[in-house]
Amino acid sequence: MTAAYGPHVVLRDCGFAVRSGEVVAIVGPNGAGKSTLLRVLAGLIRPLAGAVRLDDVSIAAVPRARLARRIAVVPQIFDTLFPFTVREIVALGRTARLDLFGRASADDAVAVERAIAELELGPLASRRIDRLSGGERQRAVLAMALAQEADVLLLDEPTAHLDPAHQRGMLERLGRLAHERGFAIVSVLHDLNLASAFASRMTVLAEGRIVHDGHPRAVLSQEVVTAVFGPGLRVLADGDRQVVLPAAIRT
Amino acid sequence: MRTTLVLSLLAAALALSAIAAVLIGSVSIAPTEVVSALLGSGNVNGTIIRELRLPRVLGAALVGGSLAAAGALLQGLLRNPLADPFVTGTSAGATLAAVIAIALGAAAPIVPVAAFLGALAAVILVWRLARLGGPTTVLTVLLGGVVLTSFAGALVTFILVSSDRLALRLRAVLGWLQGGVSVISWQELGVAAVVVAGGLMIALLLARRIDAYAFGEETAATLGVDLDRTTTAVLGATALLSGAAVALAGLVGFVGLVVPHALRFIIGASHGRLVPASFLAGGLAMVVADLGARTIIAPAELPVGAITGLVGAPFFLVLLVRSRRFVV
Repeated sequence: MTAAYGPHVVLRDCGFAVRSGEVVAIVGPNGAGKSTLLRVLAGLIRPLAGAVRLDDVSIAAVPRARLARRIAVVPQIFDTLFPFTVREIVALGRTARLDLFGRASADDAVAVERAIAELELGPLASRRIDRLSGGERQRAVLAMALAQEADVLLLDEPTAHLDPAHQRGMLERLGRLAHERGFAIVSVLHDLNLASAFASRMTVLAEGRIVHDGHPRAVLSQEVVTAVFGPGLRVLADGDRQVVLPAAIRT
Repeated sequence: MRTTLVLSLLAAALALSAIAAVLIGSVSIAPTEVVSALLGSGNVNGTIIRELRLPRVLGAALVGGSLAAAGALLQGLLRNPLADPFVTGTSAGATLAAVIAIALGAAAPIVPVAAFLGALAAVILVWRLARLGGPTTVLTVLLGGVVLTSFAGALVTFILVSSDRLALRLRAVLGWLQGGVSVISWQELGVAAVVVAGGLMIALLLARRIDAYAFGEETAATLGVDLDRTTTAVLGATALLSGAAVALAGLVGFVGLVVPHALRFIIGASHGRLVPASFLAGGLAMVVADLGARTIIAPAELPVGAITGLVGAPFFLVLLVRSRRFVV
């Protein structure tokens, strides 16, 4: 598919497929079109050419409420001025399943409590979201997406507000849930090492094109990293995987 | 539990304030006489209670409730507490349509319907303008509201000056424009009540979906909200509520802004609770403000808009300063 904002073409001829249970990291330099690819997959932008298909049905034809049961998106913005509680935020994940009168069912309550438990938000459930730290808020928004019980989870920098240990912990938990329940994860990640530790597949975007797509071990070579990100990054072997380090900075 | 408690307290306070407002007025009437007037006694005091005070108190409650509920809806859509029917130009559109209807000689019960149509046109126009450059933001909506309010105000002045029919009643019309509860007949009140009930019903059905706007329109869409349909329906409900309010009381500022914002601190942000609570609290605020308008300089009357402005404007300023980084 090809996608554009007005006359500005951001994605060119990107072919991309995800199977259930697969964990894909999208990496690439700033402005490569990573977030745009995610928004196209979420049906938020219609591709200029091509289509996004879910089980062979173009998502452009699927009503939003039905799509939200299959594809969950974790937003990058999770600031709100309003004093919603964490539980209320997680319950937003059930919006697509409300009945005509806007009522929630018993299943909804179960899904909300399960998502709260999975991200260990129990002690925070009644707290106001605008009073939480950035990391806690990020967890609440992830729980909201989990409560959607979708088949595909799209994440844009899901760990941006977490410290390195919590970043790893969060991705490990998400990866395990994806494995247990068979949902697919497509996540934009800036941190190449985190991406290679987390994902079973790494898709590299550069200037709107998919330039590499495969197992992190195959993708993360010195040649690829230099070609895509430029000089200044060194790829080293650490046991059976590669790590990327910034070269020493001299001033 | 807390919600039930707050809602019952608000309902009780609204009922008490309404009773007090029927009992108190520039003509002093004994409580026993008020009761017999309500039961249908035929003297002058009976007429004052049944035809003047009671419809006016009920009208004030309806106006305040509608404005506050409409404010809660607009704030929810824009995920920002700086919106209400007044600042978004919705009330101005309703006023213009109501003035046109009066100038054309429409009967009193037609005025709320005209005001609703004006409010609907205004709110759709402002939202269309605000969406031109991408997602709707509170800044573009408020700018559109300012432009529309001045434009509608100029047209209203033009019509007032050039219409013979209005020139005869200029004082009354001006009083209404500045915000004054003037219930002309029980029929008008009845029509307004039906319009308000319709708006409230839509609002309550959509309340959970309005919650999903908390992180913006795009996230609402990925959560399963059909943006075009839901936004249109919520704006329609807003137009019903503000149209009825304007028909009964002209331009009353700040009730729609202040009441929902203050209530969020008490019962939280969920619109299923916020909308009904705003309706009750807005009604309460307006009944009290209108009682003040009738009695502070009795036998003369203050426009109730002056009282809500006096209390609401400083509050709005505080709000503006505190939430500055979220305006755009």
